[in-house]
Amino acid sequence: MDFLVFQYPMITVQACLDGILLGVLFALIAYGMALQWGVMNIINIAQGDLVILGGYIAYFMYLYGIHPAWGVIVAPVIMYFVGIAIYKLVINKVVDRDLFISILATFGISILFMQLMNFAFGADVVLANSGYGTTMLFDSNVVLPNSKIFSAFISILFAVCLVIYMKKSKLGRAIRATAQNARAAKILGVDTEKVYAATFGINAALCGVAGALISITFTIHPYMGLPYTIRSFMIVIVAGLGNLPGVAMSGMGLGVFEEFADYILGTEFRIGSVFLLLVLILVYRRFKLSRKREYLK
Amino acid sequence: MNKNNLILYIGILIFGLVAPYVFPAFKVQLSILCILIVLAITWNIQGGEMGYNTFGNILFYGLGMYLCASVQVGMFFPLAEWTESGGEKTFVHTPTQFFQGMAVGLVVAAVVPTIVAGLIGYSILGLRGHYFAICTLGLGVAAGEISGGIEIIGAGQGFTTPPFPNVGSLEARGEFFYFLSFIVLILTFTAVKAIYSTRFKLILNAIRDNEDKAEAMGIETMKYKIIGWMISAFFCGLAGGIMGGLVGYIDSTDVAFDGREMGVFMVLMAILGGKGTLWGPVIGATVFHIFKEGFWTFFLGWQYVALGVLIVVIVIYFPEGIMGWLREKYPERFGEVVDEADRKAQVEIK
Repeated sequence: MDFLVFQYPMITVQACLDGILLGVLFALIAYGMALQWGVMNIINIAQGDLVILGGYIAYFMYLYGIHPAWGVIVAPVIMYFVGIAIYKLVINKVVDRDLFISILATFGISILFMQLMNFAFGADVVLANSGYGTTMLFDSNVVLPNSKIFSAFISILFAVCLVIYMKKSKLGRAIRATAQNARAAKILGVDTEKVYAATFGINAALCGVAGALISITFTIHPYMGLPYTIRSFMIVIVAGLGNLPGVAMSGMGLGVFEEFADYILGTEFRIGSVFLLLVLILVYRRFKLSRKREYLK
Repeated sequence: MNKNNLILYIGILIFGLVAPYVFPAFKVQLSILCILIVLAITWNIQGGEMGYNTFGNILFYGLGMYLCASVQVGMFFPLAEWTESGGEKTFVHTPTQFFQGMAVGLVVAAVVPTIVAGLIGYSILGLRGHYFAICTLGLGVAAGEISGGIEIIGAGQGFTTPPFPNVGSLEARGEFFYFLSFIVLILTFTAVKAIYSTRFKLILNAIRDNEDKAEAMGIETMKYKIIGWMISAFFCGLAGGIMGGLVGYIDSTDVAFDGREMGVFMVLMAILGGKGTLWGPVIGATVFHIFKEGFWTFFLGWQYVALGVLIVVIVIYFPEGIMGWLREKYPERFGEVVDEADRKAQVEIK
């Protein structure tokens, strides 16, 4: 497969389109992560496992004869309450504490979820078949499954709705105020506890949507969560908190990178290359930031 | 060293020497316990003393494991054919070859990770806080995924380490690996204890408490951070090399770069025992290993569920660990002078 990319340009087009459609999904997950990172200052390692759980909801609807695309509506509703439950049980005890404690606690949740999903749904790689067919482009040289186009469209729809909601609604304003300054928001009468719970719930709901779309377009497996967490973390640090176009762009960039890594290095190095890219980005960021280090904050 | 401590150390040493004969059925478990204590102690150098919470020390552990086995095989036989043949062995190590290979392998397994730590240290240790934690997590997983794709060390199908040669009784294998890991444990403990009594430990603590101030006071923090990481890597690699021989089979993601098990265990053990203390990791690893084996035996299949719950509970409700709890309860034993009036005042402030 190695040099086919260069000899046969249509593969490049195919990889780019695949990557962009995939990247939109990553951006949706990363948006959830940026939201809760900005508001609660928590890095949720269990993000990817919430995604996979959302995927299993859609998969179960498929098993019971309902079209899995309806999972896009059902999964976020269920996941919202799962998110609230996680917040009430664990996250609210680590919000104000050391960041490492929150990382480790959510790592524990991640392991717990992984294993519970393994018990409940089995260790098989599953796919909810949407039966949407494919679209051929450029004289059938580029094949795009319609499910991928559908999922990218739905992701954009959800992201736009959420942005409008955050701008206009009362809760959205409260969330933004808390993100800016939790203490001041509290003084001015915002119930920050409720805002935190809602934020985590919205994050989980976004993960649910993304998971349902992933179960239609790709495959899901109980242990596949961690790469999604790492991808969203990477997208957020590249784009920066609260930079929505940046999140979208870096999500698509990551998708394209992955498709090319898949073609050039081989599928067995795909996940490895994602993790390696994370290390490289962080190291690059460290050298860039060390030039303008601040001693007094 | 006062008299009580001397008695304690001699007691532990004697227990360690007679344990495989008193509990012959638990030899493998005791060896694993030694390895776990070594890992907890090395994690504590970063997470406890230096304040750099790493998930990536598993990198050195796995590297040591692969290197030791590869050297042990590669010194006498072609490595590629060995891994290709899988379980059926056409090559057999003679006892001399086995022990020679093991000795050279352990040296390589200790030295190469140290060099790797030194090389990547400058880039990685410049990261702070959660960026460092996630970056090291990524390093560990990336190493696992990449080694799972390399053909010469067995790729996805794994790597069988050389079987123990036929010397003496059937018990010889267990005893060999037990004493090997016990020696490494003593080596690690004495080395770390010696290090902790020097200025080096104070520098590490200064970095943990406030790195910028430490730098402003004229300490070359980066140098000491890298040295600390190299010390960790040295003992991690050694532990990994022994563990590879003990388990007898190396898989990229399930045995060597096992971030989901070993990588979390070492963090958990150090936190359970008490971060930033000499004895904390030892106690934590012992308690954790006993709990783990009990749970793993009686509730097989639910172990990861238990592990997840355990992490959450320990981190949220017990972040100071056993040593921290003891310290709060009996401050006099830790050489702290307690002023009653001061204590009452502190309670009121709380």
